[in-house]
Amino acid sequence: MAEVKLRKVVKYYDDVEAVRGIDLDIAHHEFVVLVGPSGCGKSTTLRMIAGLEDISGGEILIGGDVVNDVPPKDRDIAMVFQNYALYPHMSVSQNMSFGLRLKKYPKDEIKRRVDEAARILDITELLDRKPKALSGGQRQRVAMGRAIVRNPKVFLFDEPLSNLDAKLRVQMRTEIKKVHQQVRTTTVYVTHDQVEAMTLADRVVVMNKGVIEQVGSPQELYHNPKTRFVAGFIGSPAMNFIPCRLENGGDDLNVRLTDGITFKVPPQRAAHYKANARDGKLLLGLRPEHITEAGPHLEPGEIPFDAQLDVTEPMGMETLVYFPLNGTQVCGRVNPNAGARDGAPMKLAANLNNMHLIDEATGRVI
Amino acid sequence: MTATSASADLALPRNPKHGSMSRDRAWALRWSYVFLILFVIFFLLPPVYMLITSLKTSQEISAATNPWWVFRPTLDNYIELLSSPMYLTFFRNSALVSVFVVIITMLIAIPAAFALSRMKFWGSATLATGVFLTYLIPDTLLFLPLFKMFAIFNELTGIQLINKWYVLLIVYPTLTVPFCTWIMIGYFASIPKELDEAALIDGASYFQTLTKIFVPVALPGIIAATIFAFTVSWAQFLYPLAFTTSTDQLVLPVGIITTLIKGDVFNWGQIMTGALLGAAPPLIIYAFLMDYYIAGLTAGATKG
Repeated sequence: MAEVKLRKVVKYYDDVEAVRGIDLDIAHHEFVVLVGPSGCGKSTTLRMIAGLEDISGGEILIGGDVVNDVPPKDRDIAMVFQNYALYPHMSVSQNMSFGLRLKKYPKDEIKRRVDEAARILDITELLDRKPKALSGGQRQRVAMGRAIVRNPKVFLFDEPLSNLDAKLRVQMRTEIKKVHQQVRTTTVYVTHDQVEAMTLADRVVVMNKGVIEQVGSPQELYHNPKTRFVAGFIGSPAMNFIPCRLENGGDDLNVRLTDGITFKVPPQRAAHYKANARDGKLLLGLRPEHITEAGPHLEPGEIPFDAQLDVTEPMGMETLVYFPLNGTQVCGRVNPNAGARDGAPMKLAANLNNMHLIDEATGRVI
Repeated sequence: MTATSASADLALPRNPKHGSMSRDRAWALRWSYVFLILFVIFFLLPPVYMLITSLKTSQEISAATNPWWVFRPTLDNYIELLSSPMYLTFFRNSALVSVFVVIITMLIAIPAAFALSRMKFWGSATLATGVFLTYLIPDTLLFLPLFKMFAIFNELTGIQLINKWYVLLIVYPTLTVPFCTWIMIGYFASIPKELDEAALIDGASYFQTLTKIFVPVALPGIIAATIFAFTVSWAQFLYPLAFTTSTDQLVLPVGIITTLIKGDVFNWGQIMTGALLGAAPPLIIYAFLMDYYIAGLTAGATKG
C-alpha cells in the first residue's frame, strides 16, 4: 500500500513560515492535486514529500513509514519537474533507465520496463533521441516515462504543464489522466491552475498562505466552498462577491444590497442563515452562471433585477456580461441570443438557490 | 560583406537625414575590419618574424640585409635543436609537467567546484570568493614565500624538492586550481538545480551525480579549464626559473633562455626556433578543441 500521510507538517525558511502545520491523508491509488496561488506552500509541501527539503516540524509517512529522515532515493518516489530536468547528454531511453541502472537492475528487465513505459506514453520512436531534439510535449512525456519505469509508490508532479503552450497543456492534461488510469500509482500533483486541479484530481487540496483552506472533490469545492478564498479561487470566471445585509421581513429572510435591491432568500436556505448568520459585514457570493438573462418564466429562487451593462464578452456558446452592482463589478453569463450589448440596460435574474453568504470578517462561508 | 551591405543599401529608399539600419551596419562592419586588421598585424607579426629568423643562419641574422626576407633559407636551426638531447629533455619535462598539472588541477578543481556550487555548508560562499581572490594575487609575489616554504620543508624532513622538475607539480596548481575552480563553479551553477534533484531522486549519490551528470553536461567548461591549465603550465616562466636550476630539470621556456644565451651571445636563430617549436603544442590543442573552448566560455547552453 502506498498512502501518504502528513501530520502537522511545518516548514520554516529562516524566519519565514512557508508551511504552517498541514494535515493530509492521501489514499492508495488516489490522485490528489495541491492548488493555490504562488507562495502558498504547495511546492514546498511536495518537495518535503520528495525529500528535497528538510521538514521543520511534524511527520510525513509514505506507505506507513515515517520518512522524515529518509533520503529521497530510499523513499520510493518519482518526481516530474516543471522544466522536465532531463539529462541533456543522455538519450531518451538512457534518461528513462538512469534510475534502474543505478540500482543495477538486469538489462532485459530495464529494457522491458522502458519499452512498456514508452508504449504507454507513445514515445517508442523517440527512444534514441537526445532531449534537445524533442518538443516541449515530448520532453514532458519522457519526464513522465522516467517516473513510470521506476514503478514507485508515489508520483510527484511539480507544475509539470506550466512550460507548455495552452493547447498542448490541455492535451497533456488528458494524457496524464489516461496514464494515471493505466498505472494507478498514488499521485500528488502541484499546480496553480485551478482548471488543471479540477480536471485531474480525485481530491483537490486548496492551499493559501501555508495552510490548507479546504480538501474535497472538485464538485464539493465548486458547490460547497468553505471559505471566501476557495469560493473565489475555484471556478472561472470567478465568483462574484457583493456586499450585503440580511434583513428579516416577516416570515421571509432578505438579502439587501445597500443600493436598494433586495433578494428574497429561498426558504431551504433561510433557516440555516437565521440560525448562523451574525451581524456584521456580509458578502453575497454568486457564481456568474447563476446570474442569467431573465426569462418569461422564473424558476423558484430566481429573482429578476435591472442592470446597466458595462462590457459584454461574447464567448460563442455564452456571453459574459459585466455590470456594476453595489459598488463592485459583477459578472453574469447570458445566452448569446439574449441581446446583451455594451452600455445597454438589461433585465437579469439571480438564482439564489446557489447563493453563498460569507462573513467578511472571518472569510468563512456561512 | 561590406560590398553586399552597401549594394543592398542602394536598393532601399533613401532618406538623407536618417541613416538606415543597413547603412549603420555597413559602417560598423568597416570599422570592425579596420580594427581587426590592426589586431592581426599587431599579434601575428612577432610569430612571423620568429619564423623568418628561425630559417636564417647566424651570419644572415647579423648581416645588414632586409630583416623581413630570407635570402638563403636553411633548416639547420631545426635540425640542430631537434637532435640536441638537451632540448628534447626540456621538451619532455615541459610535457610531463603540463600533463600532470592538468590532471592534478582537474582532480582538485572539479570536485571543489561541485562542492562549492551545490553543497551549501558553513562558509561555502566565502570560500568560493576566497578561491577567486587567491587567483588575483600575482605569482611574482608568491614565488619567494613558496620557495621559503620548500626550504623549510627540506630542513624539517630532509626531502629536497627544489631543483627537481616535479616540484612544479606542487607549485603550478597554486595558479591553476583557483582559476579552474572558479570557471567550473560558474559552469556548474548554470546547470539547473532540478537536474541534480532528479538524479538524487533517481538514486544517485553525490559522487554519481558529479561523474554521471555534472561532468558530461559541463564537458565544454571542463575542456576550457583544461586548456587554460595546460597553457598556464606550458608557458609558466617565473616559477621554473626560481625552482629549477640544473639543465636536466629545466622546462622549455627557461631552458631556451638559460642554454641558448651564453653570456652576452644570443643564438637568435635557435632561440626563435625553440620558441616557435615550443608554441606548437598549445596551438595544436587550441585548434582541435576551439569549438569546445568557445562553448565553454559562453556557458549556459545546458537547458534541459
